[in-house]
Amino acid sequence: MARPARELIRFEVNGDWHELAVEPRTTLLEALRYVLKLTGSKQGCDKGDCGACTVLIDGRPQLSCISLAMTAVGRKITTIEGLAEGNRAHPVQDAFDLCGALQCGFCQSGMMLSAAALLADNPRPNRDEIKQALSGNLCRCTGYTQIVDAVEVASGQRDVPERDERPTTRRK
Amino acid sequence: MAGPSLQHPSSTPPNPTEVAQLEEPLTPLHQPLLHESGLKHTSGEARYVDDLPSPPGMALCLVLTSPHAHARITRRDAAKARAVPGVHAILFAEDVPGLNDVGPVIHDEPLFAVNEVQFMGQSVGVVVAESYDACRAAAKLVEVDYEPLPAITTIDQAIAQGSWLSDPHVMKRGDVDAELWKSEVKLSGEVRTGGQEHFYLETQSTLALPEEDGSVRLLCSTQHPSEVQAIVAHVLHVGRHLITVEVPRMGGGFGGKETQAAPFAAMAALAALKLKRPVKIWLNRDQDMAQTGKRHPFMTRYEAGFARSGELKALKLELFSDGGFSTDLSRAILDRAMFHSDNAYYVPALMFTGRVCKTHLPSNTAFRGFGGPQGMAVIEAIMSRAAEVLGLDPAELRAKNFYDDAPRNVTPYFMEVKHDRMPRLWKELLASSDYLARKSAIESFNASHPHARRGLAITPVKFGISFTTSFLNQAGALVVMYADGTVQLNHGGTEMGQGLHTKMMAICAHELGIPPASVRAMTTATDKVPNTSATAASSGSDLNGAAVKVACETLRARLQPVAARLLGVPSESAGDILFAGGKVFLRTRPELALPFGKVTQEAYLSQVPMSATGFYKTPDISYDKSTGRGKPFHYFAYGAAVSEVELSGLTGEHRVRRVDILHDVGASLVPTIDRGQVEGGFIQGVGWLTCEEVLFDAKGYLLTHSPDTYKIPAFGDAPLDFRVQLLEDAAQPDVIHGSKAVGEPPLMLALSVVAALRHAVTAFGRPGAHVDLKMPCTPEALLNAIEAVRSV
Repeated sequence: MARPARELIRFEVNGDWHELAVEPRTTLLEALRYVLKLTGSKQGCDKGDCGACTVLIDGRPQLSCISLAMTAVGRKITTIEGLAEGNRAHPVQDAFDLCGALQCGFCQSGMMLSAAALLADNPRPNRDEIKQALSGNLCRCTGYTQIVDAVEVASGQRDVPERDERPTTRRK
Repeated sequence: MAGPSLQHPSSTPPNPTEVAQLEEPLTPLHQPLLHESGLKHTSGEARYVDDLPSPPGMALCLVLTSPHAHARITRRDAAKARAVPGVHAILFAEDVPGLNDVGPVIHDEPLFAVNEVQFMGQSVGVVVAESYDACRAAAKLVEVDYEPLPAITTIDQAIAQGSWLSDPHVMKRGDVDAELWKSEVKLSGEVRTGGQEHFYLETQSTLALPEEDGSVRLLCSTQHPSEVQAIVAHVLHVGRHLITVEVPRMGGGFGGKETQAAPFAAMAALAALKLKRPVKIWLNRDQDMAQTGKRHPFMTRYEAGFARSGELKALKLELFSDGGFSTDLSRAILDRAMFHSDNAYYVPALMFTGRVCKTHLPSNTAFRGFGGPQGMAVIEAIMSRAAEVLGLDPAELRAKNFYDDAPRNVTPYFMEVKHDRMPRLWKELLASSDYLARKSAIESFNASHPHARRGLAITPVKFGISFTTSFLNQAGALVVMYADGTVQLNHGGTEMGQGLHTKMMAICAHELGIPPASVRAMTTATDKVPNTSATAASSGSDLNGAAVKVACETLRARLQPVAARLLGVPSESAGDILFAGGKVFLRTRPELALPFGKVTQEAYLSQVPMSATGFYKTPDISYDKSTGRGKPFHYFAYGAAVSEVELSGLTGEHRVRRVDILHDVGASLVPTIDRGQVEGGFIQGVGWLTCEEVLFDAKGYLLTHSPDTYKIPAFGDAPLDFRVQLLEDAAQPDVIHGSKAVGEPPLMLALSVVAALRHAVTAFGRPGAHVDLKMPCTPEALLNAIEAVRSV
């Protein structure tokens, strides 16, 4: 099949500059997942409604499934693979894990990037601000409460849930 | 931030010397434990099928679908399409070497339509090409001519035309007509519940890899790898030994990947074998929503007889479900709806009749609760209405009808209710939620607010646990131990996010007395554990957990004599050797303990077999559908919820202000995981009952085929104040470590939101005004109901 002409573009992903050939209609999500093999960003709906494809472009959360790769030329992109600094997890990553704010995990990367962007802007958001900032990210498993808790934990406003409050039965 | 106090099953690299020093806690069981994939999810390294590296030469698929709900295929020509560069194959029914059918129970679901299409979106064929571009270009050139036929697109049309997928299933007790006639208050009407899209975040996907000897390995997002294996084998006309199905993980399932992963897996396998190259099939969201089935819509006609005191005397139900075009699991789903038409209430005289309607829509399928929610929604609507009509407190009326001592302890299918937790749970929740005080506060609010009304309601859940097709209640495990004391755990259950692997690792670690970090849960695969049942019916932990325990007991019994020798204990005392905290020791001399890894190393040198299988089947369950009698369930799971809502009389919009849940999970295997199931299940139920509306037009076109038109709950739909507690001191006899199933039951707690909305609606009208509130309770439905009570 005749394919549209490709263009060479450059952008920074997770601290590394990449040069790649894309078609004008290639989405940023396609470029990340299928060209750069960064599969942490997910395709949930392909029309900007579910938030699973959320990445940070120059620190702002953006839906990569409805962003063209070419619009990211010269910009700084952060995906879930680049959220940690070296071996040090971002506080959001630890908090989501510790709070049980995850089940199937498919919404996770988009959810955490939205949360990380919120905390960069507003280090101590209240619950309404958290819900507002994450309202574009759908989760089908958790029921959301533990995700809001996790963002509070990540922002140092809440301790990791005191698990002893919940019924635990010791071995007989 | 407090330091992490929880164990991560895979966070610590296993190290035998460190293991030996681990003393507290002695067991990971019944303790908070983090999700086994937590670190992989938060780092982005967790791989789903579409994330796997593309093998060289991999081809992609696009399903060719019917544009009509019902039509005859008069001509088909793919010659032009086959000529498109990059196209490898276009496959139709005639290319299937075996059986062209993917029906899981009854063969009424063609893989590819032959002469007739029966729903819009049905597969007619599949294009296989090097790129999606080539797939799409070719699909446009495939010529299929159709002669449209009349289509049935609603339950009412199906009933009128006698379009069925099942014979009636009947449960009866006593003379229901006589008891209805004698009743002081008789209510009648119909209750409808809508469909629900699973909206698993990861859509259907399979990667098929052709291997040697004509075999195929499938990496598939499915809750039922053994059934995918069986269906692929008969489609390809090969033995099941040539087909291996492996589940890397699922991005959600909720029942939607129980039977309905199979057709897509079969297409990929067929193409892979024909082309001798890897083939991936992946549906985008719109394709997935249009091509796969959903929760069954139900229409139920009821007649109920009550005493003025609120006691239910007689109940007559006719249930009709919309099965879609093929049987799939519809009969079992209808059965479960009937098994839950009593919910937690004793019904003295009854007749329940159920039938599955055939329509020209996608084949409806399993969805969390499997008919249970549809059955319970009816009895809860009746209870709410009875309280409104009789002027009684709905909580009191409900409690008055709970199962009780004999003779009020027998279900409509003649199973005795044992270990009834409902009275205790109800009392505890009424107190902890401050129900009575809040109810009177709401009355003051409602009396004074210009345009909003609040509602408060408590509803119960009693949910039967076991596959109602009794033979499915079996599971297997394969536990593999290495000389260094680390373990690979294989079991028949699949991980869709629900935390099953985490629970199985906890059980395995407990039985072998080692830390969870020494156990690795392997991806579920049919070459490890054969002939498994679906991870469904909330049964994953009960069945697979028991099988894991058996396998570990076998290994422990083999290690005991080895440890006895090392410890210098007489061999007849080997049975007293314990495994805990990473150590192996004699019960009476814990100070002389060996590291587990030392015992396994010695076992290897002593030529002791280091792997074992385990098997479990649920005892004492059976059901005779012809008589409507039996004991289909091993036990019941219980829960109750108190929900408070605020409803705007101007817009019909509502907010869930506060929810208190008390749920019975027995002695929770892993309380952190169970809490997630309760919260998530509840919200999913709230979605089904309030904001999720599956709509087809009169021609059978799905209007709601993506999240822009189909609304699942978002952050703003979660309760503002959400208080979830697990019932304490509630160990269940004869279930793995006293636990109870948790996957489905919490979904039905969401019926409390509907009852609370009814309460709020009544507050807009005069007391006793008839409330006609449709489900899902969208703003439109609520506004209609408000207008209706206002106009009385």
